[in-house]
Amino acid sequence: MPLNTDINIDNPDGFYDELLSAHEGLSKEQSDALNARLILLLSNHIGDRAVLSKALLAAAKP
Amino acid sequence: MVAQRYDLAFELYPYKRVEAQDMPAQRHPVVIVGGGPIGMAMALDLGRKGTPVLVLDDHEGVGQGSRAICFAKRTLEIADRLGCGAALLEKGVVWNVGKVFHGPDKVFEFNLLPENGHRNPAFINLQQPYFERFLVEQIRIEQTRGAPIEIRGKNQVTGLTDHGEYTALTVQTPDGAYEVQADWLIACDGARSPIREMMGLGFEGRVFEDNFLIADVKMTAEFPTERWFWFEPPFKDAGQSALLHKQPDDIWRIDFQLGWDIDRAAELDPAKIRARVDAMLGEGAQYELEWTSIYTFQCRRMERFRHGRVFFAGDSAHQVSPFGARGANSGIQDVDNLGWKLDLVIRGLAPQALLDSYSNERVYGAEENILNSTRATDFITPKSEISKVFRNAVLDLARDHPFARPLVNSGRLSVPCIYDGSSLNGEDFLQSPARSRPGAPCPDAPLGDGFLLDQLGGGFTILCFNTPPIEPIEEAGIRANPLAVSQADCKTEALRNRYLGDAPSAIYLIRPDQHVAARWAKCDEASLRQAMRRAIAKE
Repeated sequence: MPLNTDINIDNPDGFYDELLSAHEGLSKEQSDALNARLILLLSNHIGDRAVLSKALLAAAKP
Repeated sequence: MVAQRYDLAFELYPYKRVEAQDMPAQRHPVVIVGGGPIGMAMALDLGRKGTPVLVLDDHEGVGQGSRAICFAKRTLEIADRLGCGAALLEKGVVWNVGKVFHGPDKVFEFNLLPENGHRNPAFINLQQPYFERFLVEQIRIEQTRGAPIEIRGKNQVTGLTDHGEYTALTVQTPDGAYEVQADWLIACDGARSPIREMMGLGFEGRVFEDNFLIADVKMTAEFPTERWFWFEPPFKDAGQSALLHKQPDDIWRIDFQLGWDIDRAAELDPAKIRARVDAMLGEGAQYELEWTSIYTFQCRRMERFRHGRVFFAGDSAHQVSPFGARGANSGIQDVDNLGWKLDLVIRGLAPQALLDSYSNERVYGAEENILNSTRATDFITPKSEISKVFRNAVLDLARDHPFARPLVNSGRLSVPCIYDGSSLNGEDFLQSPARSRPGAPCPDAPLGDGFLLDQLGGGFTILCFNTPPIEPIEEAGIRANPLAVSQADCKTEALRNRYLGDAPSAIYLIRPDQHVAARWAKCDEASLRQAMRRAIAKE
């Protein structure tokens, strides 16, 4: 399966707001931990190793 | 003089002056240097096949301390083949439940849930001295039956000369030095292998260094027979990780991972060790310190395990982190792999190319073990800030979310490797089940009133499942005995599930080390003969 990089999130502004809200009031350390937990949860939801590899490659691009 | 480097748990082979010390150098078909678990298992395997073997060890018995402690099912199966599996199983502690803690909190617990239908459990815990003693006791039994095994204690190899066709060893004893010549030399002399040093051979790998304080603690308090592992233990000065494990004789093994930059002498002060153990077991715990030690490790291996007429087996060839019990267990698999090959070559029945397959197959196994133990090490001791963030995120999530638990890595427990791609493997005309494909160790299964592996002996076997009976085959002077089975011989579906899958019938050619050489749904004699020649490196 290809990595879906087309528009896929409903109400983008609402999602972005929710993402930032989750970090509100957190220290850098707490935010890093939250991000790590989020990445692990989402990775497991995707599951497909090929898609995850493509996502890692896309994210690693400068 | 031969220095005493450690105290003995059991004196098993006291120094005895032998005639050879006053004679010109004597030539031996096989000399094993190092009488630890790997060397003694090697001697037992070769001696039982009738190949004369001399073991040289620089001590007079087995050193103290639990050391290797966890012995895996495959090791017990090999020990069964060598005649001493029952003794190990009887003494060992069987465990299935493990608990993982992060700081003071339990993250989750797991059950190894060993698959039914195997003679042996997934693991036993047993102090290494017992393991070695049972091997030597079996050697003594085999000697009375005529097995040509000789053990010389307090015989230290101090010099080595490669003469091409043989290796000359200078052997130091309490009565001075003498020379021993070996057609074939097997170095089972541990991670610091003096033989490897004398030959100037490299031991390369990832430099990962750490110090582990080990305490064997005797206490009669009731603790469950479980494996308890702590990431970032909450007890004072416990280090990066800690492990608590039950052994026989009311002994508990405790490992503290202390990090690299420590003062070894200060850490070994009994008062300091007791303070650590008190913090772990709780104030007022009654116990005795039986044995303590600090050890360090790296993850590395030799490039090749065969150098002409010299073989390396066990820690001398490869070293891993302790997480996963992949040290002694993989060394016993080295023995299993080398024994039958060297025996056939010495008898002139197989070409020396077969010996290169020892190196190829066991390097492959060592790579798998190093990969697993390196990954465990990276999880337990995160090397960067972000790797620690992820590690702790995994531990946090694992409490509530099952998906995160397989990511928790406190050591992936030793399982034998499958020699995929080995030059000895024949065709896989059956395709499934995957677990018993060519290169795989045969999975055990109930058969009649016993188990399949009991029937495989130590030679080539042709397992015929639901096929008409076939005659034994002799190819290149090597016999392969048929073992005919049908579903009617089985009280369970295990044999069918592990060897037949959906096929109506199957024929397996099985090597003397119980690894599958080739398999078919049906086959003719010519195919079997060809697979046998391939399995002994004749084509």
